[in-house]
Amino acid sequence: MNLQINDLHVFYGKIEAIKGISITVNQGEIVTLIGANGAGKTTMLKTVSGLRPVGSGSIIFDGQDISKVSAHERVELGISQAPEGRGIFPGMTVLENLEIGKYFRKNRKAEMNEDLENVYNLFPRLKERSGQAGGTLSGGEQQMLAIGRALMARPKLLLLDEPSMGLAPMMIQNIFRIITEINRTGTTILLVEQNAQQALQRAHRAYVLETGKVVKEAKASDLLNDPAVRAAYLGTGAAEGHH
Amino acid sequence: MLNIRDKGAEIWEGWNRPTRSTFVIGLIAVVMMLPYAGNFSFTNILNTPISSYQAVLVYPVGMFVLMALGLNIVVGKSGLLDLGYVAFFAIGAYTAAIMGTHFHWNTWECLPLGMALAMLSGVLLGLPTLRLRGDYLAIVTLGFGEIVRIVAVNNPSIGGPNGIANVPNPPKTLGVSFGLDHMESFFWVVVIMILLIIWMVRRFTARRPGRAWEAIRQDEDVAALMGVSTLKYKIWSFSIGAAIGGAAGVIFASKSMYVAPDMFSFNISVLILSCVVFGGMGNIWGVILGGTLLAYIPERIRFISNARQFVFGVALVLIMNIRPDGLLPRKKREKITKAGE
Ligand SMILES: Nc1ncnc2c1ncn2[C@@H]1O[C@H](COP(=O)(O)OP(=O)(O)OP(=O)(O)O)[C@@H](O)[C@H]1O
Ligand SMILES: [Mg+2]
Repeated sequence: MNLQINDLHVFYGKIEAIKGISITVNQGEIVTLIGANGAGKTTMLKTVSGLRPVGSGSIIFDGQDISKVSAHERVELGISQAPEGRGIFPGMTVLENLEIGKYFRKNRKAEMNEDLENVYNLFPRLKERSGQAGGTLSGGEQQMLAIGRALMARPKLLLLDEPSMGLAPMMIQNIFRIITEINRTGTTILLVEQNAQQALQRAHRAYVLETGKVVKEAKASDLLNDPAVRAAYLGTGAAEGHH
Repeated sequence: MLNIRDKGAEIWEGWNRPTRSTFVIGLIAVVMMLPYAGNFSFTNILNTPISSYQAVLVYPVGMFVLMALGLNIVVGKSGLLDLGYVAFFAIGAYTAAIMGTHFHWNTWECLPLGMALAMLSGVLLGLPTLRLRGDYLAIVTLGFGEIVRIVAVNNPSIGGPNGIANVPNPPKTLGVSFGLDHMESFFWVVVIMILLIIWMVRRFTARRPGRAWEAIRQDEDVAALMGVSTLKYKIWSFSIGAAIGGAAGVIFASKSMYVAPDMFSFNISVLILSCVVFGGMGNIWGVILGGTLLAYIPERIRFISNARQFVFGVALVLIMNIRPDGLLPRKKREKITKAGE
């Protein structure tokens, strides 16, 4: 697995949300994008997963330029996303949400059960709630479901958009612990976070985004100690994680 | 408030297979006998005062239910707002009229062609517009509905504003005759088509296309992230709905023996959409109920003449205020599980 984004520009109409960003994600890494509201983090992830079209530049995944590949085909290639705000299907049960996590399957039964087993091992809570409607889960449970559902497709690259959003500190700890665990089993992760403290502790490398540009790129541990980053993203609001 | 849908589902769940089969067959038999209801003193309250009761059962009642079921696949199941559904009805009707008068095809030969042409126009319209979100589709379909009608008005080769007369009735089939004095046969055909659609929709809903539509309706972006080819499934839903509209058009033309552009106005699109919304979007039983009531009641109260549209409109507004999700809304599982916790 290797993701290489070169000089990416993304537009909403005339507004340029991403202004020439280049980033690399290598096999086995957790790479995090941090930055203030409106910096373009969600737009970056949506462009990688195919929900936003590329304005110019390229997205190379495993040696193939996927800029023109549609979103549902990128799932086949091994890119899954847990979207901002979790995107649970409220009217479907937990099990149905998980089942649809990989819509296109050649060998349905055996593969599906194996994947369900994996997800339930990571998130035992989901197993207890498998018959409950997605819309009635608590915020933390919904986040678990969003991540579990993305894992159903056995992604090589997992895109996570603010998994800590709106969660209590205990649950944030829990979610980040599981993210690290997912990474240990070989899944590469591109993580977007407002909660820079947690993200930088868990990630290997980090990029700091400001209004559509990368302003800093470094090892995550270095950024944790960087005075400028501390002031901007960790200072007073280190554990806030509000939105 | 009494939840008829859940009550009904509960009773149904409690039955074993033979009971269910008996009930379904009995219900179909009763529905098939409806055209004769006007003849008996204890059911003749159903009689419509001005138009022939048997004709009303075919159009608007049967046709509206048929089209509402078709539109429900588009609007209710996959959440695509189609404001020009009448276009497909018109395409089916004109296919039957042209093929029947110029080439002497019989109705059953016209039926697959009418459906195919409606479906094809659905695909051609859907390919560019279904890529767009929300309101665009509503506007484009609204325009398409009007364009089809205006093309018919301005095209002398298909009768222009006068339309096409002398569309043949269906031939005698399996011993059943069709004609002005045999309206019950048309009704039976429509009921059979409705049954086929119910069967098809139920199968789809339980299986993968239904899941994909449901996901698209709830959140299209997330559906794509799950690997659902959203464009493909939207086009399927849109064109299956179109084909059903086309089928209704073919039967309509062969029943009324005459088609003209003003039969296919924007009003029809709105009425069919109202049937879906009023009955309960996404729930076939609700849609059938909505179609039946919205088609039948204005005919039944025709004796109050011009005021009937007004009275009916006020009643609709009132009922939609009391039951905003329709008479028999789709199952809302998020609420049910919560209550059961
Ligand atoms: N659908 C849209 N239409 C127009 N502009 C948009 C749209 N979505 C995002 N933008 C703009 O693009 C820029 C980047 O937005 P984006 O959502 O990527 O930021 P973000 O870094 O994820 O912010 P947050 O931390 O608040 O989630 C913002 O200026 C935003 O206003
Ligand atoms: Mg964001």
